[in-house]
Amino acid sequence: MSAASHGPAPEQPASFDFTAENMERAKRIIAKYPQGRQQSAVIPLLDLAQRQHGWVTNAIIEKVAQILELAPIRVREVATFYTMFNMRPVGRHHVQICTTTPCWLRGSDDIVAACSKALGIGLGETTADGQFTLGEVECLGACVNAPMMQIGDAYYEDLDAASTVRILDDLKAGRKPKPGPQVARQTSAPISGLTTLKGNGSS
Amino acid sequence: MLRDADRIFTNLYGQQDWGLEGARKRGDWDGTKELIAKGRDWIVEQVKASDLRGRGGAGFSTGMKWSFMPKKSDGRPHYLVVNADEGEPGTCKDRDILRHDPHKLIEGCLLTCVGIGAHAAYIYIRGEFYGEWSNMQRAIDQAYDAGLVGKNACGTGYDFDIYLHRGAGAYICGEETALIESLEGKKGQPRLKPPFPAFCGLYGCPTTVNNVETIAVVPAILRRGGAWFAALGRPKNTGTKIFCISGHVNNPCNVEEEMGIPLKELIERHAGGVRGGWDNLLAVIPGGSSMPVLPKSICDTVLMDFDSLRDVKSALGTAAVIVMDKSTDIIRAFARLAAFYKHESCGQCTPCREGTGWMYRMLTRMQKGEATQADIDMLDDVTKQIEGHTICAFGDGAAWPVMGFLRHFRPEIEKRIAARTQRAAAE
Amino acid sequence: MPKLKVDGIEVEVPPGATVLQACEAVGVEVPRFCYHEKLSIAGNCRMCLVEMEKSPKPIASCAMPAADNMVIKTDTPMVKKARNGVMEFLLINHPLDCPICDQGGECDLQDQAMAYGRDHSRYGEGKRAVKDKNMGPLVKTIMTRCIHCTRCIRFANEIAGVEELGATGRGEDMEITTYLEKALDSELSANIIDLCPVGALTSKPYAFNARPWELRKTESIDVMDALGSNIRIDTRGAEVMRVLPRLNEAVNEEWISDKTRFACDGLKRQRLDRPYVRRQGKLVEATWDEAFLAIRQRLAGVAGGRVAAIAGDLACAESMVALKDLMAALESPHIDCRQDGAKLGAGVRAGYVFNTTIAGIEQADAILLIGTNPRWEAPLVNARIRKRYLAGGLKVGVIGESLDLTYKHQHLGAGPDTLTELAAGRHGFAEVLRSARHPMLIVGQGALARPDGAAVLSAARALAETFGMIKEGWNGFNVLHTAAARVGGLDLGLVPAEGGRDVAGILEGASTGAIEVVFLLGADEIDMSRLGGTFVIYQGHHGDAGAHRADVILPGAAYTEKNATYVNTEGRVQIARIATFPPGEAREDWKILRALSDVIGRKLPYDTLADVRKRLAQVNPVFARAEALAPAVWTGFGTAGSMTSQPFASPVRNFYMTDPISRASKTMAECTEVFVKAKQSAGKTGTHG
Repeated sequence: MSAASHGPAPEQPASFDFTAENMERAKRIIAKYPQGRQQSAVIPLLDLAQRQHGWVTNAIIEKVAQILELAPIRVREVATFYTMFNMRPVGRHHVQICTTTPCWLRGSDDIVAACSKALGIGLGETTADGQFTLGEVECLGACVNAPMMQIGDAYYEDLDAASTVRILDDLKAGRKPKPGPQVARQTSAPISGLTTLKGNGSS
Repeated sequence: MLRDADRIFTNLYGQQDWGLEGARKRGDWDGTKELIAKGRDWIVEQVKASDLRGRGGAGFSTGMKWSFMPKKSDGRPHYLVVNADEGEPGTCKDRDILRHDPHKLIEGCLLTCVGIGAHAAYIYIRGEFYGEWSNMQRAIDQAYDAGLVGKNACGTGYDFDIYLHRGAGAYICGEETALIESLEGKKGQPRLKPPFPAFCGLYGCPTTVNNVETIAVVPAILRRGGAWFAALGRPKNTGTKIFCISGHVNNPCNVEEEMGIPLKELIERHAGGVRGGWDNLLAVIPGGSSMPVLPKSICDTVLMDFDSLRDVKSALGTAAVIVMDKSTDIIRAFARLAAFYKHESCGQCTPCREGTGWMYRMLTRMQKGEATQADIDMLDDVTKQIEGHTICAFGDGAAWPVMGFLRHFRPEIEKRIAARTQRAAAE
Repeated sequence: MPKLKVDGIEVEVPPGATVLQACEAVGVEVPRFCYHEKLSIAGNCRMCLVEMEKSPKPIASCAMPAADNMVIKTDTPMVKKARNGVMEFLLINHPLDCPICDQGGECDLQDQAMAYGRDHSRYGEGKRAVKDKNMGPLVKTIMTRCIHCTRCIRFANEIAGVEELGATGRGEDMEITTYLEKALDSELSANIIDLCPVGALTSKPYAFNARPWELRKTESIDVMDALGSNIRIDTRGAEVMRVLPRLNEAVNEEWISDKTRFACDGLKRQRLDRPYVRRQGKLVEATWDEAFLAIRQRLAGVAGGRVAAIAGDLACAESMVALKDLMAALESPHIDCRQDGAKLGAGVRAGYVFNTTIAGIEQADAILLIGTNPRWEAPLVNARIRKRYLAGGLKVGVIGESLDLTYKHQHLGAGPDTLTELAAGRHGFAEVLRSARHPMLIVGQGALARPDGAAVLSAARALAETFGMIKEGWNGFNVLHTAAARVGGLDLGLVPAEGGRDVAGILEGASTGAIEVVFLLGADEIDMSRLGGTFVIYQGHHGDAGAHRADVILPGAAYTEKNATYVNTEGRVQIARIATFPPGEAREDWKILRALSDVIGRKLPYDTLADVRKRLAQVNPVFARAEALAPAVWTGFGTAGSMTSQPFASPVRNFYMTDPISRASKTMAECTEVFVKAKQSAGKTGTHG
């Protein structure tokens, strides 16, 4: 995601309202912060709205500003500062490949190439059917499971070109691929077997 | 090697139940009430005695940091803020605590809050850690339901609330004052210091900001005693540490080890060695991407702790070991890191905002050999113009990798330039 | 009082002072871009780095509190290197477009680059280009030049109180913008042009008009409201090119309103540059002699009691005293300077000035606004209230229209009924006033320029006394004027003499024929249709309402074209200085009256400006003390009476057009379109909340 694209998207829906359920969620979020500090809820509310609508529209910014009694520019500053907020529409599956050095050392170039080939789009692009958006992302904090990508909320780790394509195929087919390491490995433990905590299996 | 008996994070890999029941089996929440009963001063004393140094990167004495908090409240509440915005490239240790041992962190928050006179803790977790957030939140709910936290926490009469707050994608929020700003609902732009958070932090109140791992080891220290922790590792470099070993090793992994373990032993014992053997090693970044890189010659012998790495002009940082073998285009490796810092600079102050982009562009050219000797000197100049001149440590963190790279691998750039010049001449 | 050393010199600074201020105290200049005395500290430009003993890194002096025993060095190689480095970073993405930049010649970046820059650039990469942003009709943006100091953002948030500016994105892609590029909706918006240390924010109306070194700078006084902002008028030849603020902590600090700054293009339009005489119903050009002759002929045989004079809102004290003396010579008691019919007497000064003083607002802890919209009537009074509000602990109550004043306030009610309730202690705000240590009230013309204005004034006076606003060392009773001429007029006694008519009486007399000749000294705000068949002499500088009705036009000088005295709403006597000559045949106003007096055989006894000034001091000694401000004596004023229930309404319905000059201004017309009309069509009026 490039922060350079922080101007508003040209096509903007006229209005936004939280669903009743999300409005309740919003109220619970606001209640986590001391009285008068409701501004703290700006990131969680933008996230909630993005989950509802898919991307952050001007109407969302204005709605969140209104709920939290903030100037819209303050909310817009926040929305454009943090890379998880999509200021433009994205596909149903937002594929973000980590290409920072630890992932790159372990072949993230191959993952980018595999995704690009499998989806027929380049980085920053969305498939014509609106199903996939492909992007690069900075370190996602799963470096011992490199290379990895995030699709939606899920991390897919220890990838190679083949497993990457398999995951995308699953998504295309409407299946839910299993997140986590795509090799036979327990989370961040060494693949060859434990070097510590050996008597620790499933006590 | 660290004995299993001395390990703190016994569910590092998530083999067991991460929930309350599993946590209790691992010894969490055991006698917490009694620990609290020993009082604020005792808690701080034990942590001081442990010589625990912050696990977030800077390595500042945790007990000392806590002692900066006002002894008596002036009416403003005190806060603990836990930095779970793990994002230093190479680093993924807090992730394992958050998803596999969340109760260690919750219990640590409670004990720390008693130590600093706070009744509320906010855990700021990076937004991308969705599964980790989910486990953490469920663990917090379990703790509330079990009366471990909340009003009259653990039956001590101490009221303690703990909240989880998700970020939304900004490395800079790992800087403690940027994190506070972000938690307050603003852009994550670091604050000017002074005032320091211990005097004026979250919501203008006295605040301690600590890393996840720092807080998560507190219950073990209090339970087993500061002396136990201090006996591990080397003086001033005590205790255990979760190391993240990534890059060109056979078995990348996280592992809890004793502070001061030789780098070579760490890599060979736990990560299956360097791809192609130790002699195939080119370089290691020993403490997360912000710390200066070390060539193999230093890696052969260096110990993994704060002072040993400082002595070789690098630092332990987050103890994230990024290994590069001889197949690595090391210029590209650092150009990519420079891209990371350019992307993550908050943009607030001049040297970082302008300097990170400049470094990135120069390194990108150097990767292709499109540079001159003078450019290398200029790059070196630019790193020095950034270092020490910014509002926060991000500027240093962006400059140091390039400085270390130039210190040890300048000939690589020169070779690249020469090769291109030759190619151009041949054509 | 921390004591520290700067470059070897010991200095003691007030607690809370910064290292930068300590440096300045010993005369050491520290370069800076983001730091500004009136704004919160950002510490982001890093230009002010200095060396501090025991600190391995240089420190940002603007942000570091000065402390005892600090040893600061500003002239070491470390400092020089640090600043050179920062300067290079600032320049790498700054365009090399100084030759076409309006900031050229008065650019902080340019100036500092002379001291800290290299003679050539080492930066060979592509430079950043940033899309320009719309900020409205006043502020032109060239955002590629922006150095991200955030002064503009801080000004909007803090001083102007409109949270509309921000920085979106991050890192080197961070951009300053208003929300969705809306026009910056503040009466003070253009101050960000002055604050911008580079050419990113420049003046739109003044774009490419002149270079600073071509301009002659005249220090003067503004007349667009009754504040008397201190200004600098920059002229080239006969043309006023721009108006800038001049520092006066007691009055406008270092800000001016957008009207003060930008109405000056109105000085070039619709000017009266020669005398006119109405012949066969049409105004025709005339010579001075012809115009004076026409007046002499009309006055011949007319009794003084059938002649009247009204002084307008921009009139200077010199012309008003001349008008007053001329009317006395004609034996006419019918003179008034209160075009709006404000029920203010001329006798007791404390009854018609802003006694607390503008700076005194910063001492207040409770403020009651009665029938005034300070945001539009005197934006810098409003800004001062906001400043006090931001310092904390201020309570503001409003009786009148419901407004967005840029600070939190309690709307107590709409009109006199609330005033009565408050006086009787039946309103919650009464307790606020009673428990305040320095309570003040500000009564506006919206409460006074109405039939029951005298009763309102009296009620306000009673309120002030009841709630302890008048005490030793504190006078919390304040009248906020909208007309630059008004306090001067009252000081000079331009009110009906014994048996004389006020403005309403003059108009009434004119419509019935009891008044035959009316002299309008720049009076354009009265209902001209009520002048009936009177013979109207209009002396002024713009072809506005008065000139259109006139039978004889005597072309006068605008405020930039004469040496003139004005008294601001506080009662502060200030001198405006001539920046350009009046156009064409137009002349300084007192001279016109003096010349006319001779023609009609009532020669006024002064021949020089010094003579007129002596006469001013003779009429009222306050004029002998320019700039000085002595507290006015609190004695009886006002007439108790019954008040109606009619709500108070501010007389200013459009901030941007309040007088003949701003009405002639194209820029003010544009602002009216963007800021006033747009809101009116959306169902709101101006600042009305």
